[in-house]
Amino acid sequence: MVRGSLELRRRSTRDGGTHAAMAVREAEPVGSLNEVKEAGLDREDLLAIYRHLLVTRGIEERGHILYKQGKIPGSFYTGRGNEGAAVGVATAMGPDDVGTPLHRDMGVHVTRGVEPWRIFAQYMGREDGPTRGRDGNVHMADARLGMIAMVSHLPAMLPVAVGCALAFRIRHERRVAVGWYGEGAAARGDAHEAMNLAGVRQLPVVFVCDNNQWSYSTPTHLAYPVEHLADRAAAYGFDGVVVDGTDVLAVYREAKMAIEKARDGGGPTLLELQTLRMEGHAVHDDAFYVPKELFEEWAKRDPVERFRTWLRENAELRDDEEDEIASRVKKILNDALARADESPLPDPATLLEGVYATSEDLDTPHHK
Amino acid sequence: MTYLQAISDGLRVEMRRDERVFVIGEDVGVYGGAFKVTLGFQEEFGPWRVLDSPLAETAILGACTGAAIMGMRPVAEMQFADFISCGWDHLVTVAAKQRFRAGTPVPIVVRLPSGGGFSGGPFHSQNPESSFAHIPGLKCVCPATPEDAKGLLISSIEDPNPVLFFEHKHLYRRIKGEVSEERYTVPLGKARTHREGDEISVITWGAMVYTADEAAKELEKQDVSVEIVDLRTVMPWDREAVLASVRKCSKVLVLHEDTRTGGFGAEIAATIAEEAFEDLDAPVKRIAAPDCPVPFAPVLEKAYIPQVEDVVAGLSELAAY
Repeated sequence: MVRGSLELRRRSTRDGGTHAAMAVREAEPVGSLNEVKEAGLDREDLLAIYRHLLVTRGIEERGHILYKQGKIPGSFYTGRGNEGAAVGVATAMGPDDVGTPLHRDMGVHVTRGVEPWRIFAQYMGREDGPTRGRDGNVHMADARLGMIAMVSHLPAMLPVAVGCALAFRIRHERRVAVGWYGEGAAARGDAHEAMNLAGVRQLPVVFVCDNNQWSYSTPTHLAYPVEHLADRAAAYGFDGVVVDGTDVLAVYREAKMAIEKARDGGGPTLLELQTLRMEGHAVHDDAFYVPKELFEEWAKRDPVERFRTWLRENAELRDDEEDEIASRVKKILNDALARADESPLPDPATLLEGVYATSEDLDTPHHK
Repeated sequence: MTYLQAISDGLRVEMRRDERVFVIGEDVGVYGGAFKVTLGFQEEFGPWRVLDSPLAETAILGACTGAAIMGMRPVAEMQFADFISCGWDHLVTVAAKQRFRAGTPVPIVVRLPSGGGFSGGPFHSQNPESSFAHIPGLKCVCPATPEDAKGLLISSIEDPNPVLFFEHKHLYRRIKGEVSEERYTVPLGKARTHREGDEISVITWGAMVYTADEAAKELEKQDVSVEIVDLRTVMPWDREAVLASVRKCSKVLVLHEDTRTGGFGAEIAATIAEEAFEDLDAPVKRIAAPDCPVPFAPVLEKAYIPQVEDVVAGLSELAAY
């Protein structure tokens, strides 16, 4: 059961008695290894998930250090607390599926196979970052890995994800688009327009709401007036599911079901993944407005630690395996940092490159 | 064929040739679009290539971007150019910047029935091309003739960038011309000399080409030779053609239907001042709508949109300078 301010909201909503309770499904927590196997993951997959969680957290922790060293211009954003939500969804995506991950979703880039050194190069505004210094932090994507770079104007990428799904539907391809947004951006019209169009046309798209309870300093009760954001799915003619976003396997299971349903022509699903943003909005923000008890409560549900414990209890994760994975991740990060540091600064003489596309640019994996 | 038929023909030609091209917009399917540009398209191409959308401009444009990144060639119709304000954020924030930031081209065309002259009022008459010409990454096309409308539309669909295609509503059924049944393109960024002359050059586009033409005929009676340069594409715009005409004529009038302050004519006038100052025999003159919303009552709208007599007066002033 999710606790904290989300629980407070639930109580206050019920006590108020003015809001009709909607019948969204609240996903069960994940159980045994057998259940997980049924959901399509073998032990190797589980260890890969664990590695992706560690790399994701490691990239952001190293990024924080780089920022303090003055090596990252601008600001710096992390998704601490959201690693399980991001890795879980990305693990459920097929190789030809596409998505529009956001600034709390580093785990999606890592799971889809973006090399960590390119992410550090991106942070530092170097030539080898996916945007070649044209944009910063997590505003990046490798199109070859099926991702589309986010913009700051959330949830502006949801209509884009719907458009990807529309292309798949027009061409009768068994592919799915995943669009991410947050509980703050849920207030903006783009979310409504995107979900409405997706519902009308029953397009193969899954909407993932990273509900981390704080939209910068704004709590959920000032952001939306319903019990669950997933309640809204009913208004667009598809299913909504509330999932504990700190349970990577529950996220995987629900995302897998939603993605395969979409692939089979069953239309969209809205997954609301509940977490707590464990740091400020960005590096400059100490999140003084979040009650300390809430941080303490959610720290006990840390997605990485939670999954590690699950692996030890359910999948016989041994000390030597754990050490081996940890040292492998450390080496990946060390090598990545060193390689990124060698990446040149972008050449100001190339500033105007790419303002307009040329026909050669259309030679991408998607533009055949 | 009319200007409207030429646009329809260009779109049909591309949809027959390239199955990646599809149309999405409000009432474009069974109804054939508010102006009937896509009349009969749904019967020919089916409901998944001619999509009636909900009333949601951001969803229409965002869906075009997503589909374009997935390899399609979407053509969106805004029911009126005015409604593009509802999709401004998507076009400017996502579509215009995606190639520069992320290396992802966004080949979409947005068709925009624009312009006034028939009491459409403040929300069905605007010419917002200057707002978008200001945004790096977007292209703005404003054809004046049926032949150009077809060729420029096909070029716009071929172009790997987001292209805003401004169709002047007042020209839709009023202007007719010879248009080849074949597929042909007219390059973006190349102006057209609508009328040859050597004393005063008028730089204009869209429906104002015809206003300028009538005014030029008046001036001809006074033995003043007026050249008319039809920009055809406002972004990118044909600086060389404009400067060549200015150098030839030495006097210049910049004319547009959009409002004056910050209108694209200001950019053209500034460029002429920077690049061709020595060639001028008179200050650059601008004629544009006053800085005011488009009014409804015919008498007010006539006072708003530059009229032939306004252009005649401006040209006469320049001739006398």
